[in-house]
Amino acid sequence: MSALSIRNVVKRFGPVEVLKGIDIEVADGEFLILVGPSGCGKSTLLNMIAGLDTISSGEIAIANRVVNDLPPKDRDIAMVFQSYALYPNMSVRENISFGLKIRKVPAAQQHETVARVAKTLQIEHLLDRMPSQLSGGQRQRVAMGRALARAPALFLFDEPLSNLDAKLRVEMRTEIKLLHERLKATIVYVTHDQIEAMTLGDRIAVMKDGVVRQLDVPQAVYDHPADLFVAGFIGSPSMNFIRCTVSEHGRAFGVRLREGTDTVFFAAPQPLQGALREWAGKEVILGIRPEQITDAASSVEATAVIKREANVEVVQPTGPDTLVLIRLNDTPVTCRIHPEAHARPGHKTALAFDLAKLVFFDPQSEKRIG
Amino acid sequence: MSGREQSVSAGANPIGRVLIYTLLLVFAIYYLLPLFVMLITSLKSVDEIRMGTLLSLPREITFEAWIKAWSSACSGVDCDGLKGNFLNSVSFVVPAVIISTLIGAFNGYVLTMWRFKGSDVLFTLLLVGCFIPFQVVLLPMAQTLGVLGLANTTAGLVFVHVVYGLAFTTLFFRNFYVSIPEELAKAARIDGAGFFTIFVRILLPLSPPIIVVCVIWQFTQIWNDFLFGVVFSSGERQPIMVALNNLVNTSTGVKEYNVDMAAAIIAGLPTLIVYVIAGKYFLRGLTAGAVKG
Repeated sequence: MSALSIRNVVKRFGPVEVLKGIDIEVADGEFLILVGPSGCGKSTLLNMIAGLDTISSGEIAIANRVVNDLPPKDRDIAMVFQSYALYPNMSVRENISFGLKIRKVPAAQQHETVARVAKTLQIEHLLDRMPSQLSGGQRQRVAMGRALARAPALFLFDEPLSNLDAKLRVEMRTEIKLLHERLKATIVYVTHDQIEAMTLGDRIAVMKDGVVRQLDVPQAVYDHPADLFVAGFIGSPSMNFIRCTVSEHGRAFGVRLREGTDTVFFAAPQPLQGALREWAGKEVILGIRPEQITDAASSVEATAVIKREANVEVVQPTGPDTLVLIRLNDTPVTCRIHPEAHARPGHKTALAFDLAKLVFFDPQSEKRIG
Repeated sequence: MSGREQSVSAGANPIGRVLIYTLLLVFAIYYLLPLFVMLITSLKSVDEIRMGTLLSLPREITFEAWIKAWSSACSGVDCDGLKGNFLNSVSFVVPAVIISTLIGAFNGYVLTMWRFKGSDVLFTLLLVGCFIPFQVVLLPMAQTLGVLGLANTTAGLVFVHVVYGLAFTTLFFRNFYVSIPEELAKAARIDGAGFFTIFVRILLPLSPPIIVVCVIWQFTQIWNDFLFGVVFSSGERQPIMVALNNLVNTSTGVKEYNVDMAAAIIAGLPTLIVYVIAGKYFLRGLTAGAVKG
């Protein structure tokens, strides 16, 4: 059974189409992430699911019931907002039970629900405080409590963590994930943070300019990005893109790259050989993630790994890894090496290139090849 | 933080501080002087006024002028003081203030939380209402009141002042509510609250600061209004400002400055009281929402 169906949904503001036909099916208990840069339409889509925005055309169904013309309160949803949107004139308890009170739930049951929710979120000691007396993280919890109180068919999260500081954000991320695993609730979660998307989602819908560019499980989005945009958006530091020409070398198709005065041949992974054959002699964009270029010492031995020395331009230690900038085909390329590898700017260092996960893109359509 | 910096710099320069306080004191005296003169004059007898100077303190304090102004001074042909007109004023100012404030709050709510196509245009048009001079609306308003059968009634005056005040009250509330995140109304909608519930349960409880501003503003405007009062009411229904004018301008026998002064203070007292009671909220409310965060 699908908890949420979005079928060819379009949103127009006057002549401008901000959502251009979205199709997404969300299974019961699934955690779906809508991720994309600002202005991609992800929040608009969420508002349309919630009923806070009208649907220009297409259909949205929650629990197999078309809700296009239902007001928000009848859609069986709960929403957590970026600004928390706690009612400032009500205590935490009243905030959590407001929705129940409006729906005329008996007082005893309201009380019970508040107690249960407060226990789940560990905010029992805060129940009689006002929102202004709470810290950011506590407000976030209360906002989630308000959503939990109603036990809806669908939870909607609109960038709930973006107002928190970095440390708290990581903590709350874990909690949301725990909560999801415990409640088995269906969640649609909007974020612009690709790390949140990767860590939380069962599936990720990467959006740009009102279109879903890719909808898949996180690892698939990471390893097999549908196009240049998705490849660049997911992952930090982002994937290196190098323009190069496809050539053949020892019965394998691949690309030849220039490093200083040397050249090095990167053979494409076996499954891509067939697709790349048609691109022989033409220009493509090679995608290689920073962690696929590491220092020779800490790399594993594999057939797809080739070792090479390269001239280091910039060294940026991050603690767990050190980011090193080299230059391939006159393009700066970020490599992620072990901090003990002691790379120094202006000197050569031995690197290992893992070619098993190379991806290639069509420079015109920007789609992945193969 | 900027407040702390300011006090530090003022403390570091005592000469500057003395200068500031001296200047403030001078201006305070300057502004209070007329009130002082009014007060002492109202407490003197007519004879004493004639003999003494403007600023000399009364030798003998008498409340006769106040009693006369309240209950037996002549304005025009009637000689029963201001008390009737005072009550007239109260009877239309209070409902006019309450109604215009409530409608303003409601307008502000709709214009911020339920934006519709053309809501900004509507707001701009309403704003224009703030700049329409009283005189322009006199004739059409007289006609309207006639058609509605409200001419020369208390309800008619309430109507006039509500209509004229709406532009201001809407402006106040709209600008206040604009600083309240729209997500609050959205959250309430998802929680199941309807149009009026959101207004009454969520927005109104946040509004006391701006309600105070609105009440002070409207009360002062309507209480002090002369033109609408003189045009749209007559005889016993006249508001206090009109009666005060008549009282001061009635020229039979000796000019009783003490009665004039007492009458003027009586007429001005209610606004003063409203300011004293609600004044501390006034600035807070005016600046609330001006700076976000």
